[in-house]
Amino acid sequence: MAEVIVVTSGKGGVGKTTSSAALGTGLALKGYKTVVVDFDVGLRNLDLIMGCERRVVYDLVNVVKEEASLNQALIKDKRLENLFVLPASQTRDKDALDKDGVARVIEELKTANFDYIICDSPAGIEKGALMALYFADRAIVVTNPEVSSVRDSDRILGILASKSKRAEEKLDPIREHLLVTRYAPNRVERGDMLALSDIEELLAIPLLGVIPESPAVLRASNSGVPVTFDQESDAGQAYLDAVDRFLGHKIPLRFVNTKKRTLLQRLFKSKDKEGVGA
Amino acid sequence: MSWIDLFRKSKRNTAATAKERLQIIISHERTRQSQPDLISAMQTEILNIIAKYLDIPHEKINEQVKVDVERRGEHSVLELNITLPESIS
Repeated sequence: MAEVIVVTSGKGGVGKTTSSAALGTGLALKGYKTVVVDFDVGLRNLDLIMGCERRVVYDLVNVVKEEASLNQALIKDKRLENLFVLPASQTRDKDALDKDGVARVIEELKTANFDYIICDSPAGIEKGALMALYFADRAIVVTNPEVSSVRDSDRILGILASKSKRAEEKLDPIREHLLVTRYAPNRVERGDMLALSDIEELLAIPLLGVIPESPAVLRASNSGVPVTFDQESDAGQAYLDAVDRFLGHKIPLRFVNTKKRTLLQRLFKSKDKEGVGA
Repeated sequence: MSWIDLFRKSKRNTAATAKERLQIIISHERTRQSQPDLISAMQTEILNIIAKYLDIPHEKINEQVKVDVERRGEHSVLELNITLPESIS
């Protein structure tokens, strides 16, 4: 049975699209047929992060408005057989999405035998974001260790619990997962950044994973290759761990403590790897 | 941490400040979310009562009667500001 997952945050720029692409890639790597749907109508970017921007012909709005078929709009990943992207429209605005239309697209994706339908939400709490979360079975709340992001995540949790289909129809609530991104253990140790335990305590939802602040993330978006493919990198490994936990496996957290360094290393710090330890 | 940090006095722990501020604002916003229409419902009723006893034209009621809720530290203050018609005062 297909599951609908919304990747959301309220605040912009915390890593929703990066995480949607990375988790979608991870699920596909594990053998699940996965589609990542961009709900950011007017500001599409998932296509760039996934590296398929030149293959976009039709988009989500075309399918919602029945101007194109689902198969015409779905873009098959060149690296993985079972990974697909459904891009957002770049020219329309968010009002182009309506509940009935989106419901039909999601039903069609379920009929097409997808295991996971990942909805990459736009920032904010307006129509596009509400459409992205409305049909969700599970939610991944992406949070940075920073005050405005934590507050907005809490706001989104309230909306998940009141404005989703599951809430309106009084079904089992959406399963919520916390994904902390851009975490810098060395700054936490100095008292300059909220610790993981603080964020967990404030938001009180189960932790799915911690993605360290990492140069690999920018390198990945530069080249249009989701960071999960870079399995040498800390961020790539952290996303794969998160995918394993999402699938129900118990995996210990990595990259949440600073590496113990020798006196010489402390005196001549290496800028590149600072603070990100296994 | 570079060598100069070893000699620097430890700075204020701003992460702890962030956590405290978030605890307060999040709990405040959660209670407000669970009763979003309380204030506006109360406001409507208060306006109705005032209109019952004072002869204020309907279109002027929002000008002459102001209902505000303000946060002061740990408390919220409901402020009513009624401009009475001259005939009464």
